Amino acid sequence: MGEPLLILDGVSKLYGDVPAVRGIDLRIDAGEFVAIMGPSGCGKTTTLRMLAGLETPSDGEIRLRGRRMNEVKPWDRDTPMVWQSLALFPFMSVLKNVEFGLKMRGLGAAERERRAMGWLERLHIAAYRDRQVSQLSGGERQRVALARALVTEPEILLLDEPMSALDAHLVVHMQSELKQLQEQLGITFCYVTHNQSEAFAMADRVVIMSQGRVQQIGSPREVYRTPATRFVAEFVGANNILPGRVRALSDGLVEVETAFGCLRAKAPADDTPEVGRDVSLVVSADRVVLGREAAAEGNSLPGTLIGEEFVGAVVTLYLDIGRETELRVQTQQHNLDDLDLARGTRLVASWRPEHSVILPEG
Amino acid sequence: MILDRTITLALRFYVALVLLLVFAPILTSFVYSFDANRYAAIPWGGFSTKWYAAAFADPDVAKGFRNTVIVALSSSTIATVIGFATAYTDYRYRFFGKNLYLALALLPPTIPVIILGLAMLVFLAQVGLSGELYTVVFCHVVYCIPFAMALIRLRLSQMDPDLEAAAWNLGAGQWRTLREVILPFTFPAILSALFLTMAVSFDEYAIAWFVSGFNETLPVRILVLLQREVSPKVNAIGSIVFMISMTLVMLAQIALMVRKPRRQAG
Repeated sequence: MGEPLLILDGVSKLYGDVPAVRGIDLRIDAGEFVAIMGPSGCGKTTTLRMLAGLETPSDGEIRLRGRRMNEVKPWDRDTPMVWQSLALFPFMSVLKNVEFGLKMRGLGAAERERRAMGWLERLHIAAYRDRQVSQLSGGERQRVALARALVTEPEILLLDEPMSALDAHLVVHMQSELKQLQEQLGITFCYVTHNQSEAFAMADRVVIMSQGRVQQIGSPREVYRTPATRFVAEFVGANNILPGRVRALSDGLVEVETAFGCLRAKAPADDTPEVGRDVSLVVSADRVVLGREAAAEGNSLPGTLIGEEFVGAVVTLYLDIGRETELRVQTQQHNLDDLDLARGTRLVASWRPEHSVILPEG
Repeated sequence: MILDRTITLALRFYVALVLLLVFAPILTSFVYSFDANRYAAIPWGGFSTKWYAAAFADPDVAKGFRNTVIVALSSSTIATVIGFATAYTDYRYRFFGKNLYLALALLPPTIPVIILGLAMLVFLAQVGLSGELYTVVFCHVVYCIPFAMALIRLRLSQMDPDLEAAAWNLGAGQWRTLREVILPFTFPAILSALFLTMAVSFDEYAIAWFVSGFNETLPVRILVLLQREVSPKVNAIGSIVFMISMTLVMLAQIALMVRKPRRQAG
C-alpha cells in the first residue's frame, strides 16, 4: 500500500498541565474504517479534533499524505467532520446546509446545487431539500450532517459519536448504511465512539484508548479475542480475569497457578512470560462451557450457580467459584436445556486452554 | 371551581389596575393633545389637531425632531456594531481580566444619567467636543452599547458551541464564518438591538440636555417648552415621541420572537 494516508507520530495534547493525549502512534491507510474507542475522558475526541485542526498538538506530528498538518488551520484542510451535536446551521435550509462546503470553495450556484442534490438523493433526503433543519427527525438530520460533510468528496471523514442522539433501532440501520457507504466511496472513515457494538459492527480496525494512551490496535476480532492489556480485557466484551503466577511453559501453552487451581492458556505470540512472573489469565464468557462434570482435558473450575441474566437468545450465568470471585458464562439458551439451573446448583465451568490468553500484569 | 374563577378575575383586575396606573399620565397627555381647549380641563373642548399643526409649525420643534432622528439613527447603528463586537469577543475569547471587561462594558446604564451627563459635559468641554450634534451621538452610543451587547450576548449563548467550528471545518475562514454563520444566527438580536437602542436614544433627555448645546433634541425641546410656557403643543409632541418609542420597543420584541418557534421545535 506504500505510505499510509494518515500518520500520528507521538502526538500529545496538554491543556495547561493536564495531559489529554499522551504520545499516540497511529497509522491509517486510505479507504480504512478506523474506530477510536474508549470511555469518556480517554482522549479520543481530542485526537479527532487534532485531526480536524481544532486543537494543535503539544508534541509529536500529524501527517496527511506525508504533509505535516500540525499548524494547518481547520479551514485550510479537507477533513470534514460529523459532529456529536450535528452542528447543522439552523437558519439554513437542508440544501443550503449541504451546499455550504462547496460555497466556501467558490463553486457556482448551479454546480453547487447539482452536487448537493446528488448527495441528498444518495442519502434519501432529496424530498426535504427546502425544509428547515428543525423540521426534520433525528435520523433525517443525521443524513443531512453526513451529506454536508461528504459533499466536498474528501479523502477522510471524521465522525465524533454521530449516532449518540439516535434511537436504538435507527442506530443499527444507520450502521450498516454507513459501512456500505464507506465501502462504496472508498473514503477513510475515522469514527470516535464509546460504544463497542458500533465500533465492532463497522470498523476494519479498532483503536482502544484509555487515559490518553493507546491500549491496543487491531481488528474487532483480535481486540475481542486477545486483549493486550487488562484495561482492554475489562472494557471489551465480557471477560473473566483471573490473577495468578506462571508455573511452567509447554507446547505453546502457559501453565498458571491461580487461587482456583492450575489453569492453562495460550502463550502470547511475541512475549512469552518467564516462569514465576505474576500474570492474569483471561477467558471470554462465551468461551466457557457449563456441565455437571469436569471435561476430560482443558481447564475446569467448579462453582455454584448464583445468578442468571436472560436477554433473548443469549443467557449470562454467574458462577461463584470461591474467594468472592464470580465467573461469567455466556451461552445460547438451547445449550442449557438439559441442565438444572436452580440457584445453588453445583456446576463445572470448563474451556479449552487455547481459548484463554495471558496478560503480562498481575 | 368558582374560587378559581374569582382568583383569576381578581388577578386580571389587578393587572388592569397596574397598567392603568402606568399608562394614565401618558393617556391623559394623549387625550388632551387632541383637545381644542387651551388649558387641560374637564369637560373636553372638542376634537382638534391644531396643537399638532402648531407643533410642526414651530421651527425649533421641527429642528429638534430632525436632530433626534439623526442622533437616534446614528447612535443606534454605531452602538449595535460595537455591542456586537463586544458580545462576540466575550463569546469567543477567554482572556485575563475578562470579568472586568464585562463589568465595564455593562456599566453605563447603572450610573445615574444626571451624573453621566454632567461627567460627559465636563470631559467633552475639556477636549473641545461639546455642543455639537455628533457630541450627542457620541454620548448616546456610550449609553446604548450595553443594551445592544446584552441582547446579542443572550442570542450568542443560545448558539450550539460547535456551530462556528463546523463552519471552519467546512472551509470557511474566520471572517467568512462571521458573515455566513454568526451574523445570520444573531440577526434577530441585532435587529432587536437596533430598535431598542434607537428607542433609548430617542427618549433620552438628561444626557442630551447637558451636552447638546444649541443642537437640541426633541426631548430637550419639550423640557425647554415646559419651562417657558404651558402649551398643549407639549402634549402633541409628547404623544408623538411616546408613539415612536413604543413602536421601536415593540419592533425590538417582535424581532426577537420571529425565530422562537423554530428554535423550540429544534
